[in-house]
Amino acid sequence: MATHVGVADVKKIATLANLPLTESQLTSLTHAFDQTIDVVDELQKLDTNSVVPTSQVTGLENVFRDDVVDETRMFPQEVALSNAKRTKNGFFVVPAIFTEE
Amino acid sequence: MLLDQSITELSSGLQKKKFTSVDIVTECFANIETFNPTINACITVVDKTEVLKAAKKCDETRTPQSGPLFGIPFVMKDSYVTKGVKTTAASKLLESFIPPYSATVYQKLLDAGAILIAKANMDAWGHGATSENTDFGPVKNPWNTTRSAGGSTGGVAAAISSRMAVFGIGEDTGGSIRNPSAWCNVTGLKVTYGRVSRYGCIAYASSFDTVGPMAKTAEDCAVVLEAIAGVDPYDATSSPTPVGKYSQAVQSSKKLTIGMPKEFFTEGLDHDISVRIKEAAAVFTTLGHTVKEISMPSISYGIPVYYLIAPSETSSNLARYDGIRYGNGRENFTQETDRRILIGTYALSAGYYDAYYKKAQQVRTMFIETYRKAFSECDVLLMPVTPMQPTKLGDIVSDPVQNMLLDIFTVTHNPVGVPSLALPCGLSSDNLPIGMQLTAPMFSEELLFSLAHEFQTNTDFHTKKPKLIE
Repeated sequence: MATHVGVADVKKIATLANLPLTESQLTSLTHAFDQTIDVVDELQKLDTNSVVPTSQVTGLENVFRDDVVDETRMFPQEVALSNAKRTKNGFFVVPAIFTEE
Repeated sequence: MLLDQSITELSSGLQKKKFTSVDIVTECFANIETFNPTINACITVVDKTEVLKAAKKCDETRTPQSGPLFGIPFVMKDSYVTKGVKTTAASKLLESFIPPYSATVYQKLLDAGAILIAKANMDAWGHGATSENTDFGPVKNPWNTTRSAGGSTGGVAAAISSRMAVFGIGEDTGGSIRNPSAWCNVTGLKVTYGRVSRYGCIAYASSFDTVGPMAKTAEDCAVVLEAIAGVDPYDATSSPTPVGKYSQAVQSSKKLTIGMPKEFFTEGLDHDISVRIKEAAAVFTTLGHTVKEISMPSISYGIPVYYLIAPSETSSNLARYDGIRYGNGRENFTQETDRRILIGTYALSAGYYDAYYKKAQQVRTMFIETYRKAFSECDVLLMPVTPMQPTKLGDIVSDPVQNMLLDIFTVTHNPVGVPSLALPCGLSSDNLPIGMQLTAPMFSEELLFSLAHEFQTNTDFHTKKPKLIE
């Protein structure tokens, strides 16, 4: 079984995916990741030259709705906030992304 | 037991006042209280007083015009938002999430008078085929509690099998309705993509996900589908194709040509499963249908196609779970979910997109052509649901490759969009249920119902119950 990625690569992908992983999780996931890539690499055996990719099978395009307000789907503020762990003054509290200099 | 009766029988009995909705619901709770501690099918059981109140109200307001689902109790896979009722997707990440709105499928069932009794356990986010990838403990198979009930809709299948409810709503992205239906001896339908609105369905792979009924019979599934199908302005992928009178489809007795793809009947297939399906094929022949072997060559690439596209779509869909507006942090994802998010992120990333995601979507086009060609030679396809019998708990879940291969017979239907019905076709020599699946062209659910109903009228596999509940 070929080794496709190392722990450092998986760590990079995990950063892209915003997944906080411990060192031991990273190690076991790297192994699982490798095994999965072996399975999906099978597709390289198929000749797909000039085959148009399919992204959805409905055949529908540009499904529009009228530009009107649907009040039945509007949340009052307290409902919108009702499942948040941290709120303040009617706002969601977000982890800081800026630091004080 | 009242819960052995079909929806049509129960509806008729309720109209004739032979029994009440309160009677049916009381039986459900007795079975939940007796069996759920062992089977673990339900994550959240709706408050008994509330449910009995709803049942009593149905009994008091029932008219001769009340529909077939009026006063009938059901369970829902815990991946559907139900306003005011905790919804978890079987993940610690959503362990205390109370949705402020309801899925369209749930609202339609409430409008039809049906009564929600529980939210069912599952593989978290739909990621699995054994209902072991859950933060709420595995679902045990009522037929043998050392074994898996299948997945990802294991809780619903186990609940119907152990008579905790009359019917259920599952979700199928790569076999998640069909696999547990086969392993728990119930009937379950993966609908045509777009047949039922996905609004309020916690998304796994948005171009594969389908919402579908699970029950004791194909006729029951048809009755439920008639109530839940249809275009929805809240789901732009839902189809404007008119909803057929599916409950009437069971009356048709057209003779059909049934194709069995030879690529799915190789040595990898469990011997008992192969035998039972071939016996079922013989039953169809006796009933006047034509059964023939066909070839569908590219479908043996189903697993790599599925395990590139589905993780890619799920890596995107699960990005919303940031623990800010709702739920807990992303460290709460299980290893299996982490694996799928990582593979998906990688397959979509710069430098790998063409070789992985785009390649898979090209092979998806080839699958569509393969199915089109198959349906030019026959009306319906017959194939296995799983390559093996219900696995022992713990055997599969830590082996990513074995875990993926469990889906081998169910993963091509979702990329193509075709409907497929899983139904019981006998027991193995270990007394474990075996299911088969019937597949039809898009929007041809009527064919599946009529053929399956004819099979179930002439056999009794679907009536067998696990010893646990006898």
